[in-house]
Amino acid sequence: MRTDIAVKKLDDFRWLIPKTGKMRTQGLVYTDETMLATIKKDASLEQVANVACLPGIVGRSMAMPDIHWGYGFPIGGVAAFDMENGIVSPGGVGYDINCGVRLLCSRLDAGDIKDHIPGLVNALFTNIPCGVGSRRKDLKLSARQMNDVLVKGAKWTVSCGYGSAKDCDHIEEGGCIMGANPEHVSERALNRGKNQLGTLGSGNHFVEVGFVEEIYDETVAGALSLHKGQVTVIVHTGSRGLGHQVCDDYIKLMLKASGKYKIDLPDKQLCCAPLSSKESSQYLAAMACAANFAFCNRQLIAYWVQETIQDVLQMGPGELGLSLVYDVCHNMAKIETHEVDGRQKQLCVHRKGATRAFPPQSPFIPQDYKEVGQPVLIPGDMGRYSYVLVGTDTAMKETFGSTCHGAGRLLSRHQAKKVAKGRAIVRELEDKGIYVRSAGKGTLAEEIPEAYKDVSSVVNVVHNAGIGKKVARLKPLGVIKG
Amino acid sequence: MKFPGEEHSAVLPKYEYIEHTADLGFRAYGTSPELLFANAAEALFEVLVSLETIRPKEERIVEVEAPGFDALMVSWLNELLYLFDTEGLLLKLFEIRRIEEEYLRATVCGEFMDPARHEIRTGIKAVTYHKLYVRKNDGMWETQVIVDL
Repeated sequence: MRTDIAVKKLDDFRWLIPKTGKMRTQGLVYTDETMLATIKKDASLEQVANVACLPGIVGRSMAMPDIHWGYGFPIGGVAAFDMENGIVSPGGVGYDINCGVRLLCSRLDAGDIKDHIPGLVNALFTNIPCGVGSRRKDLKLSARQMNDVLVKGAKWTVSCGYGSAKDCDHIEEGGCIMGANPEHVSERALNRGKNQLGTLGSGNHFVEVGFVEEIYDETVAGALSLHKGQVTVIVHTGSRGLGHQVCDDYIKLMLKASGKYKIDLPDKQLCCAPLSSKESSQYLAAMACAANFAFCNRQLIAYWVQETIQDVLQMGPGELGLSLVYDVCHNMAKIETHEVDGRQKQLCVHRKGATRAFPPQSPFIPQDYKEVGQPVLIPGDMGRYSYVLVGTDTAMKETFGSTCHGAGRLLSRHQAKKVAKGRAIVRELEDKGIYVRSAGKGTLAEEIPEAYKDVSSVVNVVHNAGIGKKVARLKPLGVIKG
Repeated sequence: MKFPGEEHSAVLPKYEYIEHTADLGFRAYGTSPELLFANAAEALFEVLVSLETIRPKEERIVEVEAPGFDALMVSWLNELLYLFDTEGLLLKLFEIRRIEEEYLRATVCGEFMDPARHEIRTGIKAVTYHKLYVRKNDGMWETQVIVDL
């Protein structure tokens, strides 16, 4: 095991991990001096170096400024592999497959809803199942419907009347990952998922009502229909138990596969299989199912959020005007085409706690955002702010079109609880104008703002390094947590 | 460390929790593999809810197979989480009926979650293989497990 990883400063925002030992390529970490000191405290740099040892890696093994330790691959890690001699690894995607964020904007101004926030948050808390074991009684899926969820993703949700057809245009991959095959999803995964569609889950997942506090780029913000003072909603959740089970099932399979294909692993958690193997195709087909489940999940929750706001504020859909700005994934392995050494090449890009950030003119982003680039949504902690960015050409050239995904934890859950002990967290946040409700008793203490890095330092690194461009900052008014 | 359960008064604890930035870990102990696996299961459910609030009313038989004690530990704990996720079963009593290096059969007992009586502390996504070990030192069995929250 490597313990002390040497890093070489390239510029104020880029640190190189030189190629040593069994590394096939260099590591590259996007960060700044201050955050690097924190990053060095856990084994995540070693993980970046370990990923660089995997067969068929193309370009560098990369990490975003919100990097921290994860299973096998670091969270905040980005790595691309050649389709012919590269690999796919469930640890490069994570347990919460297609955990992601969606942003909705409205016709309302912050002033219009300020007095309604407690009522609104309480109603959201009632209507959106959050926390362990809760679910909507009015949503029960037959085996056939579950199959549709896994194959069609958000398109299925829309076809059932939850949201409009336009929504899918504003979801990464149109809300449906192709190649999903439920035959490769275990009975156990299906059982865990069947009562969890349309549920937020626990931990760091949330629904947040807020407003646009600051605009950094008027033109881009305009193209994304965002303006200062406007009320917004963020939904952060993923594929729930179904995705966790798919990950668990395939880690088991890949542990065997790594031996079968004689892949030399610096760490067992990097277990993987050649992209050309049967095991890989099965994993990618199951992963796509979990990803589609997550798209459905966010689509359903967003629909209930809209219903709830309309109900509480006694207004129709036109007056509220809630519309989908964008929905991004941040735990995925995707087959994409990128330019490598002047040639177009098909790659399997792993983004684990990293967001796709495609530039203007990319054929893979919505037509109406073509001039400005793909929206990237970076949630912060519940007491501070979140950011909207857009993808850039630099990201496309340097990071296979990827950027950061969030603030990243600073304190362990236990440390956070210690810090929060004896404090009235709900009151503290209310004093800051943020009304919070949470299902889990310990969640609020674990999720206190101090438990996270200041997301602005993370966002400033990617902005200054050019792998994302700041557009707007959003401030929370009301939050429900799992 | 005492989080998340109550204080452990025994000289040698059944289990103790360890720090991990994004997730949570524990070490469990036992004088036999049977006790080790039972204590690890207690540690897992104590992360979810206070064991004291669980009444032993529903019984299940659990059987798992895995290649070796390490993998068996993960499979066992994930099987228990599966019972919670799919049936809402909170478990507190774990009797290991038979254990070999690649096989475990147990009777587990608990009750269905009742939001009125059970205050859930946090959800658990999965039990992971990270920093996992099951080993025997001087006649004492020990395991380390990290869970993804």
